[in-house]
Amino acid sequence: KTPSQKKKKEKKRKQEEGHPEIYPLVLTTKTQEIFNCRIDEDITDEQPYKLINKEDIFEDLRNRAAVSDFHPVKKIVQEYPGNELLLVYDKDFKYGLNFYLIGTEEGKENYLNPPEVSEEQEEYKEYIPEDVYIYKPPVSKPWVSLGSEKEIEEESVTESTKQITYMISRKRSEFGAPIKFSDQNASSVKDAYIECTAYPDKNFTLKQLEKDVGMQVIPQIKDISTQTKWTYPKNATTQYYPREFSEEEKETLKQSKPLVDFLNNASISVEIALQQNEITNTFIDDWKHLAEEEGTFGDKTDTHLKEYQSFTDLHSPTEKMITCVSWHPTIYGLIAVSVAVRLSFEDRVHFSGKLLLQPSLILFWSFSDPIHPQLMLESPDDIFCFKFCPSDPNIIAGGCINGQIVMWDITAHADRIENVKAGGSRSKKATLKPMFLLEPESNKEAMYIRHCAVSSIENGHKKVITDIHWLSDTFEINRMGSVFENRSGICCQLVTCSADCTICFWDIRPQKPLTPQTTEKKKEESIEIPFDVPSTFLHLDLSWKPLTKVRLSKGETSLDHCPTKISLKEDHLLCKTQDKVLAQSKTAKAEEMNPYHNLESRMPNLLKPIDDFCTKFFVGTEEGEVIYTDWKMEKDPETGRLMPKKPVSLHTIHDGIVHTIQRSPFYDDIILTVGGWNVAIWKESVMTGPLLQSCCAPKRYTSGHWSLTRPGVFYIGREDGYIDIWDLLEKTHEPAQSQNICITMITCIKPWIFSPKQQFIAIADYYGTLHILEIPWTLSRPSTNEMTSINHYFEREVKHLEYVEQRKKIREQEKKEMEQEMAKKKVKIYQKSKEQMEAELKMDYESYLELEKTVLINLGLIRVTEKGSYSDVM
Amino acid sequence: MEIGEEAEVEETLKRIQSHKGVIGTMVVNAEGIPIRTTLDNSTTVQYAGLLHHLTMKAKSTVRDIDPQNDLTFLRIRSKKHEIMVAPDKEYLLIVIQNPCE
Repeated sequence: KTPSQKKKKEKKRKQEEGHPEIYPLVLTTKTQEIFNCRIDEDITDEQPYKLINKEDIFEDLRNRAAVSDFHPVKKIVQEYPGNELLLVYDKDFKYGLNFYLIGTEEGKENYLNPPEVSEEQEEYKEYIPEDVYIYKPPVSKPWVSLGSEKEIEEESVTESTKQITYMISRKRSEFGAPIKFSDQNASSVKDAYIECTAYPDKNFTLKQLEKDVGMQVIPQIKDISTQTKWTYPKNATTQYYPREFSEEEKETLKQSKPLVDFLNNASISVEIALQQNEITNTFIDDWKHLAEEEGTFGDKTDTHLKEYQSFTDLHSPTEKMITCVSWHPTIYGLIAVSVAVRLSFEDRVHFSGKLLLQPSLILFWSFSDPIHPQLMLESPDDIFCFKFCPSDPNIIAGGCINGQIVMWDITAHADRIENVKAGGSRSKKATLKPMFLLEPESNKEAMYIRHCAVSSIENGHKKVITDIHWLSDTFEINRMGSVFENRSGICCQLVTCSADCTICFWDIRPQKPLTPQTTEKKKEESIEIPFDVPSTFLHLDLSWKPLTKVRLSKGETSLDHCPTKISLKEDHLLCKTQDKVLAQSKTAKAEEMNPYHNLESRMPNLLKPIDDFCTKFFVGTEEGEVIYTDWKMEKDPETGRLMPKKPVSLHTIHDGIVHTIQRSPFYDDIILTVGGWNVAIWKESVMTGPLLQSCCAPKRYTSGHWSLTRPGVFYIGREDGYIDIWDLLEKTHEPAQSQNICITMITCIKPWIFSPKQQFIAIADYYGTLHILEIPWTLSRPSTNEMTSINHYFEREVKHLEYVEQRKKIREQEKKEMEQEMAKKKVKIYQKSKEQMEAELKMDYESYLELEKTVLINLGLIRVTEKGSYSDVM
Repeated sequence: MEIGEEAEVEETLKRIQSHKGVIGTMVVNAEGIPIRTTLDNSTTVQYAGLLHHLTMKAKSTVRDIDPQNDLTFLRIRSKKHEIMVAPDKEYLLIVIQNPCE
């Protein structure tokens, strides 16, 4: 039988043997309904079987006979011992049909309670091998030697010698007895020790001929460890002082030889190094130093003066012109202007009645209010020049057209003008506001301030005062013109020059009364003063006499020089006033005592004279001359009177009235003079001529001023309203720039510095308008080394003048020589002999006759053919 | 003899101090303790301490590079002035100069 057939049979057999009771059945739905074993309704997966009664099956068999599904298993059912048969739903069709019936009781039992063992037995029974292994325990056999016991014997460790055993015993009585140990030197007792000394045995010495050593390169390793103990963090500080030698030690060291030697050696190299530095700076970057200073404020190309503001007095009935302008020394944005009526002399006389009724004023303009002047100072007549006092800007001195000096004291109104700032909206305090914003009561009336004092009419000047200056507070002069030190610390003396050819020095302090008579006289003639006028200069009022008078005489003739402007040495009113005045005003406020209110009389005998003080000064005249003269008086030997000295030098340079003589703010001895149609620059020590003299300008120059920040720049105003800006570094023959300001003659120019970045220039014109312009960056900022360049320029010019002088001398000499030569030549000519001269004359006469003949023939007056001597034809 | 040497020391130092632009001169010993000076005490001590260290460092640098070399002069140029140090075995001469004209 083939294995497959065998297997089938086995399977069959298994079915019959293993499960002989299984009888597959097909149950129709009708049968299912009858026996309540409908699929998925009565018979589910959990309970896929049903126990069916035998009798039910018999009944079904009887009902349906052959149609019944149980028909094929009828016999089995009949032979079934039990009552109930198990019908199982064969879902998977394992036995071929959808149901199967279990025919025996055992099968039923097995199915319902399937034993596990039976399954294993089934599995096990499937893999039964053919051979069956029977376990037999091992039987001992005799050992067969294979040669391994030799190795074992060799490797095993056995005792080669017999061991010696010693037994040491002690007497029993000695057990437990106290033991005494003592030291004993082994060598002292005989046989106390047996020695086994080592000795070199040749048999055992081995000479090593080869050594096998292994080496390895490793990096150097260092192990260090420490242990720190930091209980709690805290700051640790150390205070120390440097070690120093005491004085004695220093002295001893100083004298030690090594130090001397060291210094001698070291000083050589040190001096070489020091000299190297003195010779040249090796680290200088020439390229960087070549460039101009950077950081310009504003446009560099902008060189025009920019119009800032202009002021005109709109309330005056007649037309006025501005005669003098002055910036307030301390208050920003305040400028004072003196106005005069624009009339000629005849008209003045003509309208003198009307003019008396109008007040002559000095107006105070502020940047914040261009329409209304802040203050108006009254004066008896038109003011042609005025100056703020350098030590106290509340004192103003002005020169009148009638020859009087007028003094004002505006201390009472000082706070009024101090609070005025340009651009009033910026200030936070309740400052002066424009009139239309205030209540009608306050500030309604214009503040007219009357003058405090005027000088004496008889003793002062007789004609218009053309210039007025305060003398510096460092010196004062007496009647002789000698210079003394000034102890009062304030400016107390004035100098004026006037068209009556005199220069007067005035002192504002009260004079000591000469005789008691005069005081009584004064008391009688005391004039009632209005109550609102301060009494500062009461002592001067109407009785003020000049201290000294210097007359500029031209020698024997009665005509004198008519001074228009003067320039003294210490005339630094331009920029340095601010610091001085601030310092002084501070001290004055601290003391609460204005020195001007407590003027003490002069004490001429107690003052110390100042030696070697230069009492010379420059004067410009109406005729265009520049005079350098001395104010010190000297005693005339003949008459015994005090006579002024003769002028040191006199130059007629300008073609018209000299209206500006001004010292440069940078150099003490450089003076600018402007007059007529040209400009001249002088150096005080060089009296041969001006350093620079410009050629005639197309228009007359009417005003001039140095620039306050640039040493080589000055401004000139012309009669057509143009301003010429000269820059000596750029051009010296003509102005660098020209700008139109107004339509009429410029009468006064005054620049002023407010801050390093803001500079203004005030230009006054003939029609009474004051123009304020802003100076651009290029004109206000000096270039690097400008001062040294201008210095060099002036030095060159001085040298040029000297050269010209020398050349003049040489030229004169040459001229003399030439004249001598010429004279000699002429003498030679006249030495010709008489005969020669006669012969020459005859020849001349004959040639003249010939000429006469030819001319007459040509004219046709003589006929050649008709007349003629035979001698001629032949 | 001693007086002559002392005068010599004074004269040398005066000569150095009178050079153009010299601000101060000082002599310091090998440990940095000033011996002679023309400046005030606190400035001197500060200069001596700092420059002594710097000179030692400079000297050791030069000798590390080439053991047969030695430092002869040390000049430190700063924006404002120049400090010159002349070292020796036992002393240091320090001069401060303002080289700008």
